[in-house]
Amino acid sequence: MKLTPREYDAMIQKTVPSTKSRRTIPAAFLVGGLICVLGQGLTDLYKLFLAQQEASTLASVTLVFLSALTTGLGLYPKLAKFAGAGTLVPITGFANAVTSPALEFKSEGFVLGLGAKLFTLSGPVIVYGVAASVIYGILYYFTGIGG
Amino acid sequence: MPTAIARSTFAMNHPPSVLASAAVAGKKEGEGPMAQWFDEIQNDTTFGEKTWEKAESRFQQRACQLALKKAKIQPEQVKLLLAGDLLNQCISSSYGVKELMIPFFGLYGACSTMTEALSLAALLGDNGVIDPILAVTSSHFCSAERQFRYPLEYGGQRPPTAQWTATASGAALVGKGCKPPYLKAVTVGTIQDLGVHDINNMGAAMAPAAAATLLTYFQDTGTQPHQYDGIFTGDLGQVGTKLLYQLLARQQVSVTPMHRDCGCLIFDLKSQDVHAGGSGCGCAASIGCGYLMRQLELGKLHNVLFLATGALMSTVSCQQGCSIPCISHLVYLSTDPTPVFQGGGR
Repeated sequence: MKLTPREYDAMIQKTVPSTKSRRTIPAAFLVGGLICVLGQGLTDLYKLFLAQQEASTLASVTLVFLSALTTGLGLYPKLAKFAGAGTLVPITGFANAVTSPALEFKSEGFVLGLGAKLFTLSGPVIVYGVAASVIYGILYYFTGIGG
Repeated sequence: MPTAIARSTFAMNHPPSVLASAAVAGKKEGEGPMAQWFDEIQNDTTFGEKTWEKAESRFQQRACQLALKKAKIQPEQVKLLLAGDLLNQCISSSYGVKELMIPFFGLYGACSTMTEALSLAALLGDNGVIDPILAVTSSHFCSAERQFRYPLEYGGQRPPTAQWTATASGAALVGKGCKPPYLKAVTVGTIQDLGVHDINNMGAAMAPAAAATLLTYFQDTGTQPHQYDGIFTGDLGQVGTKLLYQLLARQQVSVTPMHRDCGCLIFDLKSQDVHAGGSGCGCAASIGCGYLMRQLELGKLHNVLFLATGALMSTVSCQQGCSIPCISHLVYLSTDPTPVFQGGGR
C-alpha cells in the first residue's frame, strides 16, 4: 500500500465520527454550573455560622468530600461520562482524580500502590500549579501587577 | 511440513484440525448479541479473585479447561501451549495456565494474539511432531484499563473512536483429526505503522495492518475475496472497518459482502455504549473460538479467513510520542481437509 501517513491521516479525519458537541457542551455547562451553585449554596449556608473565608473553605472541603464519596460509590464517573469538562474543571474533578487511583491501586499495597500512585493523575496539576504560582508571585513582588 | 507458497504465506500439507474450542465471556459480553455462542458467561467479572489480573488469569484457565474437556483430552496429553495477553510480561497467561503443566511458549501480539497462536499451532502442527497444541488468549476490561488508560473510577469521557476492551477468553486445541474446521494456510503479518498516535483510535491504527495482510494473502494465493464465505477481522471496530474498506478499495479489492469484524459483533454498538466497538485479545479469541468455530462446525460457513489485529504500542512508547505499530496474522480455516495452493492456485 503506497500511502503516506499524511494521506492516511486525511482519510481518518474524513472517517471518524465527530464528538457530538451540541450535546456535550450544554451538558458540561449545565453540570459544571450546578456544582458551582451547590458550592455557593454551601458557602451561604455556612456563612450563617462562620465568617466568609471560613465558610468558603468549608464549602470546598464539603465538595471534595462529596466527590470522593461519590467516586467510591461509582456515581461520579457516571455523572462525568455525561458531563465531561463540567465535572473535570471544578474542585470535585480534582478530588476524583486523587480518589480514583487510591481505589484502583490499593491492590498493590498501601505503600507502593496507593501511596505511590495516589497523585499519578493530579500530580502534574499540583506541580505546574505550584510552579505557576511561584512565577506569578515573583512577578507580583516586582511589578505589583494583578494585586 | 508446511509449503512456503510465498515469503509469508504457508499452506499446510496435512491441515491440522481444530479439535475443540471454547470461549468464556464476562457479564457485559454475555449481555451482547453473541451470548449464545459463549460456552460460559461469568457474571462475576472478578471471578471471585481479589485483583483484576488474577480474574483475567482465571478466564484463561477456564477457557483452557473447557476446550480440553470438549476434546476429552487431559492436560498431560497436550504437547505445547501457546498463550499471550495484553498485560505486562503476559502475566494473565503465565498465572492462568501454570497449573496445567503443559510445555509453554508465551506470545505477545496484543489483540492479534489469537491468530498469532493459531498460525503457530498450524505451522508447528502440520509436521505432526507436536500434537496437539493448545492456543489461548484473554483480555479483561478492568486490567487493561488500569494498565493502558485511567483508573476505573476516574471521571472522564471516551471519544467516539474509543473501543471497549472485552472481558473474555478463547482457547482452541489444534491437532491431527478429522473434525472440521481445518487450518489450511497462514499468512504471517508484517508490522504496519501509518503514523497514528491516538491511543483512543486503535481501529484506525490497526486497519492498515489488516489490509496489508489480506492483500498479501490474496496476492500470494491468487485467490479473490468472493471465494471465501467469511472474512473475520479481529477488533477494528466501526472506524477501523470503514478505513479497511477504503484501504482495500485503493487496490480494487472489496470484502464488504463477506466481512465481519469481531469488535463490531461482540457488543450491540447501539445499546451497550461501547462507542466504536469491542477490542482486546479476548474479543477476537471469544468470537473466533465461540461463534466462528461453531459456524464452521455446523457447516454454516465453509471457507473463512480469520485475521486478528494487534496494536503493539506500550504506555511508555505512547508517552514518548511514538506512533502505534500494528500487526495482523491470518489463518485460513476450512471445512474441507484437502490441502490447497499447491503450485500457487486453489
